[in-house]
Amino acid sequence: MSEVQTVENMVTITIDGIEYKAKEGEYILNAARANDVFIPAICYLTRCSPTLACRICLVEADGKQVYACNAKVKEGMEITVDTPTILEERRAIMEVYDVNHPLQCGVCDKHGECELQNYTLEMEVDSQHYAIRDTDRPVTNWSSVLHYDGSLCIVCERCTTVCKDMIGDSAITTTKRGGDALDKGYKESMPKDAYAMWNKLQKSLIAPSNGTDQTNCSDCGECIAVCPVGALVSRDFMYKSNPWDLTRVPAVAAHSSDGAHIYYEVKPAGIEDRTLKIYRVTNEWNYVSLDGSARFAYDFENRGVTKDKAAFDAAVEAIKKAETIRFNAMITNEEALMLQTLKEKMGKKLFNPEVRAFQKFLEAYKAASGRSLWSTDTDSIMKKSDFVISVGSALRHDSPAMKYAFNNVQKMNKGAGLYFHTIEDTLIEGFGKTVECFAHKPGLEEAALYLVLDLFADKEKLPEDVKTYLESFKRTESKTVTETVEKTVKETVLNEETGEEEEVSKKVKEKVEKEITVSKNGLVELLGKDSEKFDEALAKMLKKKEKFSMMIGEDLYYHPMAENLAKLVALIEATCDIDVVMAPTKSNALGVALICDLDDAQSGYTVGYNENGDFRLSALGDGDLDMPAMNQQEGTLTNINKRVLPTNAAVDYEGYELNDLMKELTGAPELTVDWTEKLPADKGFRAVKFDDLPNSFGNDGSDNRGYRLDVKTQEAALPEVEKFDENGMLEGEIAYRCNPARQFNDFTDKSHEIFEAFGLYTSKEKAEALGERVEVLFDNGSITLDVIVDDKMRGDIMKISDFKAAKGVYDLFGETRYKTVTIRKV
Amino acid sequence: MSLEQFKNRNVGTQHYKMLDLGESPKTPWCRFKRVMKRTFKGELFVGLWVTMREMINALFRGEMHTVKYPFEKLPISPRYRAIHEMLRLLESGHYRCIGCGLCEKICISNCIAMETRYDENQRKEVSEYTINFGRCIFCGYCAEVCPELAIVHGPRYENASEQRASFALFEDMLTPIDKLNLQQEYPGFGAPTPYADENIKKTPLAY
Repeated sequence: MSEVQTVENMVTITIDGIEYKAKEGEYILNAARANDVFIPAICYLTRCSPTLACRICLVEADGKQVYACNAKVKEGMEITVDTPTILEERRAIMEVYDVNHPLQCGVCDKHGECELQNYTLEMEVDSQHYAIRDTDRPVTNWSSVLHYDGSLCIVCERCTTVCKDMIGDSAITTTKRGGDALDKGYKESMPKDAYAMWNKLQKSLIAPSNGTDQTNCSDCGECIAVCPVGALVSRDFMYKSNPWDLTRVPAVAAHSSDGAHIYYEVKPAGIEDRTLKIYRVTNEWNYVSLDGSARFAYDFENRGVTKDKAAFDAAVEAIKKAETIRFNAMITNEEALMLQTLKEKMGKKLFNPEVRAFQKFLEAYKAASGRSLWSTDTDSIMKKSDFVISVGSALRHDSPAMKYAFNNVQKMNKGAGLYFHTIEDTLIEGFGKTVECFAHKPGLEEAALYLVLDLFADKEKLPEDVKTYLESFKRTESKTVTETVEKTVKETVLNEETGEEEEVSKKVKEKVEKEITVSKNGLVELLGKDSEKFDEALAKMLKKKEKFSMMIGEDLYYHPMAENLAKLVALIEATCDIDVVMAPTKSNALGVALICDLDDAQSGYTVGYNENGDFRLSALGDGDLDMPAMNQQEGTLTNINKRVLPTNAAVDYEGYELNDLMKELTGAPELTVDWTEKLPADKGFRAVKFDDLPNSFGNDGSDNRGYRLDVKTQEAALPEVEKFDENGMLEGEIAYRCNPARQFNDFTDKSHEIFEAFGLYTSKEKAEALGERVEVLFDNGSITLDVIVDDKMRGDIMKISDFKAAKGVYDLFGETRYKTVTIRKV
Repeated sequence: MSLEQFKNRNVGTQHYKMLDLGESPKTPWCRFKRVMKRTFKGELFVGLWVTMREMINALFRGEMHTVKYPFEKLPISPRYRAIHEMLRLLESGHYRCIGCGLCEKICISNCIAMETRYDENQRKEVSEYTINFGRCIFCGYCAEVCPELAIVHGPRYENASEQRASFALFEDMLTPIDKLNLQQEYPGFGAPTPYADENIKKTPLAY
């Protein structure tokens, strides 16, 4: 399949006398926002469902008052944003919001960027007409990062909406406030909508949805970002700085492969220390949602570095002497190109266990499909898909963008989803009623892809052998079912009144045993589900579905049969109407995979760049030569959406960088970013200067950052796929290489707002069986870990973190993600 | 508002009253005559008498008109803008500053810096506060913008010292706790006007 631009039906609407084009079926508010027209609104988030909490988006459409956030545009619709009655409503609503709202703006973190302040001024509220007795609304900390002040909360429900519709955690909800009832007199004296809104407001507050006072969520902090007032703030940022003092540096979130657009907000560290410090990370929350690592793992810079000439000279010598350079995915495209230059000019081996498997998978995919990269991206899935399939990805941990897209499709597009993974995840099951989760045995990922082929492929296009192979799993069984049938029975009864016998017909329920034939799909059963029930569920799921997408995750790259899996993915793309997106393993894995020719193993003297090695270049501050961390350098990163994105330096760095080493070794241009235009064009990069790269979103949310990689296509025959080994599943104690959410690498670990520990994560039952601390024995070594309960997973598989490079978890797992291990209690 | 008054740029012709000063002498002879007249008219002695009288008053009657600065100082206008003072709440003795940062923001010479934090009592606490008096132009905006009247201009105009840092810290500007009873309410820039009560709109209360 190719990237076909579907021409959406556009309609013409008139707002305040000016004509605009809008997508058919779009909400008026979104259409206005896309066209840069201002309609006041507090509670509505562009990519989430309308909550109708604030009611100030009231507009007049074709003579009728409607809420712009939930009324859809129609051809020729005439919209007036302000009419006298609407202005009166809006002013009354803002007055109501100001009732009992604390007036100590000076000590509020939102002071200066507060939507309540802004709209109070916008609606010219200069006096108050309403009053009610205040209720005690306490200040609580919901988690290690969330701070909630109920007295500042205006219950716009943006936090609950984004948590449910975008993030998927549904960790917070509205709760009872226990406030007084409104004075009856207001019903007559107040504008109607303002009264209704106040009535609802007076009844609710926000609280964790699990009934306790602690949220049990991924701590992504998106609720903090969307809060229009100072009710929800980060515990760390609390009272540290006023927003206007902070300078925003646009950058790319460095840890996951989402490449989300963020702003590092910096100002001097203090009165005595005038070096810049990052105080927080913010985002354009109407266009992009961050995960916890993007928002909270920001202070990983290499501080206090100066130019150490001796170390620099030693580094030059070390690289000259080295046989291998070992690095990971946390590297810019420019630096990756430098390392590739070292390989080309000096014959160094490049070893990158985080990326190599992904690169091989991509190569196999390219050979099989003729396309250099996958066909869709998470943004398009969010906007268009209504059926998503996820295979081989621990959605909650691996790729936040995929998790958000999977969830958003369920909530916003009335979508359905299939989730194939080895670990049962209670969170994903709860994304929607039409989400079917397959918890299959590790090693059966091929079966999952075959099942997708079976369910969705155009059978005409499928090769004969695949068709027969798929058919071989089907069987029909005869089965006896008991059915209840209603029968009419005639009886003769004695009529007591007349004493005569009468014939009466009566309806009687009767159970009948019946022999029926059912078709069963062996693939479904192999993957751990009841075939019949699944067929029923699937029939429901497929109703009114038009756009299908599939997400491919890391399990497939680290599979012994990865090549066959890549071919299967290509075959699915060729024969089914399904778009595919693949999650690059971490950070800039895609950039590294495209730019570097990686080697399979390391040998000899090794220079490690943020990795283990005989000589260590490190941005973590513990190496032989210091390097700048990702928030200290400019450059480009490549993300899951196939975009090359510019990132800027947020804090100062005084030491040497890789480009300085390159100047000594092979000769290099003046600046690191001078390499940007040299990125390989045959891999899809473009010769654009770094300073010419745009970095913004369109009003309609279109991503205009950097540029999209050119996807090279060539004709390719249908790939020949192999059958899979039905007994190829792993048995016994199984370890799975998987990080806790928010942890990706040593840099996230270094950040002071990330608390997730390095350890062995498993379900509650398993953890009880294991005890507090265990030694996990692999074929080639062992590791001792604390056992930590992950209450959202079920089953016996144990997740082992890999974010600490020094622990060498990648070496233990080798080229697989699942390993059979032996557990010894410590 | 009409802009006429700004458009008339003939400065000096609008509302001036001319004094009757008589005619100026025109010839050298006339000028000589005027000098002679003024010299021998005796006004010199009138002036000398005034000096003598004031000297007697000052020396023997205790009516001194000058002050012995720096041993004596004259009171200055409440609107005078000298080195800042940080005031305390009279009831609790706690400093008034809430750390809102408005003074820092409004400062046009960018000389105020502060650090704030979340303290143990769940309040915003000012952990550090300085004013760089090398840059301060004593414009008074900080006192005017302060919502708590915590930072005000005091009467201390003698700011010669070996180091400017000598009065740049929060503690130096803060009213000493033992002199809290001497703390004066600030009447200068930014203080409520005498008619403030009349201009307030009341917010209804439900209890």
